[in-house]
Amino acid sequence: MQKRKIRTEVFVNMKLYLLLIVLLPFAGFLINGLLRKQLSKALIGMTGSGVVLGSFVLSVIAFFDVKANGGQVVKYFDFINVGSLKVPFAFQIDQLSSLFLLIITGVGFLIHVYSTSYMHEEKEEHFGRYFAYLNLFIFSMLLLVLGANFLILFIGWEGVGLCSYLLIGFWFKRDDYNKAASKAFIMNRIGDFAFLIALFLLIGKAGTLTFSELFTPTALAKLTATDITTITLLLFVGATGKSAQIPLYTWLPDAMAGPTPISALIHAATMVTAGIYMIARSNLMYSMAPVTLQVIAIIGIGTAILAATIALKQNDIKKVLAYSTVSQLGYMFLALGSGAYVAAVFHVMTHAFFKALLFLGSGSVIHAMGGEQDMRKMGGLNKYMKVTNITFLLGCLAIAGIPGFSGFFSKDEILAGAFAKSPVYWVLGVLCALLTAFYMFRLYATTFRGAFRGTKAQEDHLHESPSAITIPLVVLATLSVIGGFVGIPEFIAHGAHSLKEFLHPVFADSYTKLPVHEVSHSTEWMLVAVSSTLVILVVAYAWTRFSKKPDLEESTGFRRVLENKWYVDELYNAVIVNPLKSLGSFFNNVIDTKVIDGAVNGVGRLVKYGGRQFRWMQSGQIGSYILLMVIGMLLVLVVQFFLRK
Amino acid sequence: MPINYYIVLALSLFAIGIVGVLTRRNAIIIFMCVEIMLNAVNLLLVAFSKMHHAAHAATNATAGTDGQLFVFFIMVVAAAEVSVGLAIIVMLYRNIHSVDINFLNRLKH
Repeated sequence: MQKRKIRTEVFVNMKLYLLLIVLLPFAGFLINGLLRKQLSKALIGMTGSGVVLGSFVLSVIAFFDVKANGGQVVKYFDFINVGSLKVPFAFQIDQLSSLFLLIITGVGFLIHVYSTSYMHEEKEEHFGRYFAYLNLFIFSMLLLVLGANFLILFIGWEGVGLCSYLLIGFWFKRDDYNKAASKAFIMNRIGDFAFLIALFLLIGKAGTLTFSELFTPTALAKLTATDITTITLLLFVGATGKSAQIPLYTWLPDAMAGPTPISALIHAATMVTAGIYMIARSNLMYSMAPVTLQVIAIIGIGTAILAATIALKQNDIKKVLAYSTVSQLGYMFLALGSGAYVAAVFHVMTHAFFKALLFLGSGSVIHAMGGEQDMRKMGGLNKYMKVTNITFLLGCLAIAGIPGFSGFFSKDEILAGAFAKSPVYWVLGVLCALLTAFYMFRLYATTFRGAFRGTKAQEDHLHESPSAITIPLVVLATLSVIGGFVGIPEFIAHGAHSLKEFLHPVFADSYTKLPVHEVSHSTEWMLVAVSSTLVILVVAYAWTRFSKKPDLEESTGFRRVLENKWYVDELYNAVIVNPLKSLGSFFNNVIDTKVIDGAVNGVGRLVKYGGRQFRWMQSGQIGSYILLMVIGMLLVLVVQFFLRK
Repeated sequence: MPINYYIVLALSLFAIGIVGVLTRRNAIIIFMCVEIMLNAVNLLLVAFSKMHHAAHAATNATAGTDGQLFVFFIMVVAAAEVSVGLAIIVMLYRNIHSVDINFLNRLKH
């Protein structure tokens, strides 16, 4: 009796906690957004960061509660209640969402702190606007992760799309930045359209959007295999938009137009992980659609390799990182497609650490270089920026997957899952890992090693960033190094994969649906040994080569194709954008001005002409009126007596 | 006497009235023509009423008298109308020193 009572009490608190986790950033958004002209920068920064810190603290409490008591669904009110369709406004807190809460609010908080220094040169009102958007972003993402049904998820899903638009176009005076923002929004909308169709299909076929009702073996058994495949594919198309996969990935590199902390936020903690989260959340449905899983795996590995090859030849420090994100997201989708859901979530987590670190590190570099982003004009920065250098190096080691760093564990788990699915995926996956190691150390060596290649003025300006920037870097670097130890694979130490155990309830039903491919421990050792050796060799090669001789000259031939991103943007422009534009101008010039305007003006002109023609009737002469009246009566009489049958 | 004669007479009177209204410009003449038209209708009413009375006289003592009653009403209303109309014409004459309706087109402006 006593024990039960305590448990209920915890539940009651949870209802309030979850609401506060979500509403705190929203309150921050309102305060910073409405009072941005009144508050000082210090106050805005404190409010913006403070609310996220509050959410983080509550998320930690929620996380430990879930760890002790398991997940639950908390209902607040009926959101939609029409006929047989019932969509409550409810939050679902379980192992998966509590983990994402920690990532979002934790990494998000660090980015907020970093921003207080990074954005300090902005005017007060823009500073306030920036933090308002940032808080709204966190709010939307939390809504997305906590929603207990697809509709609440979709609200957050659209919210992050809107916030990415607002933040990418933050410096709205530059036209190309606005275009980048619109591109991100439109690309996302294409995906969202498919997502929405999937939701309507779910309402039509299954009659519910609530996760806990939908994702049970009995509920899904009512759907036919075709339905499930269609719905999962459409949801995946939504995910390709949000998580930047082929064919909708081109917005993400352009999203570099936003301030650097925004890139970190979009790429690490929020937004792009939404697609992964959504599929991990719907894992049971996906496990029942083998075709979709196959598609996801192929798209994932395809994106990973394509983006990695593009990253090889980029010279903008942020562009390299952007394509690296696309590539790593492809990795996560490969894991999802292989049925290795835990590996995907694990990689989301480690990637959040090291990618946030790398972006914030690059922001620190850009800050020191006075806004310069071209790596060819950097070099030798290790002498000037010690903390940034070391943390950036740790981030690179982590993303390259050097054994012992966090990226190693998650990447290895993905590769193991891919190998279990098909050795071809493994080979491609390792290739992609090698490319990753190569371009990351090309980036590192070109930026931090060798001799400084910038101007004298830039060299005098070089300095280590203030502590508001370096402290988040140190924290993230620590996490990037140790973050992988929550998921030590089975073949190294038995039962040490605490993340897998923690997440087990979420994916338990899926394991019964998926075919089991056991890979023996000796094979795994061999795979890891091969991939790690290759990665270390590539790292060593890239480091030595680009420290001595960074590639500054104009690239030619195939390298040029890579530098121009395989001309995908040009292809899209030629195949989709320009035909649509000419169609638009056709409708504008011909249909609108000629046909529609013509019809409207024609009606007006007709009435005017008719009026002129009938003006003689209104003469004002009584006699003529009477005459007309008599003619009318005569007509009535004639019709009445002679023409009527 | 057959009913046809009454009808032809009434129609002729009515036509004279209409033509008078359409062609004449003197307001008083037009007024008189309107009266002719009214009385043409009265004549028809009485005639039809008489015809009706002949058909039903054997069974119904009061048959056919309602038409004649109508005529009295019309006469009363017409008398009232004449007094108002003549008053208007008098006022008209006082204002524009003419009873020609072609000068009465001021409503137009």
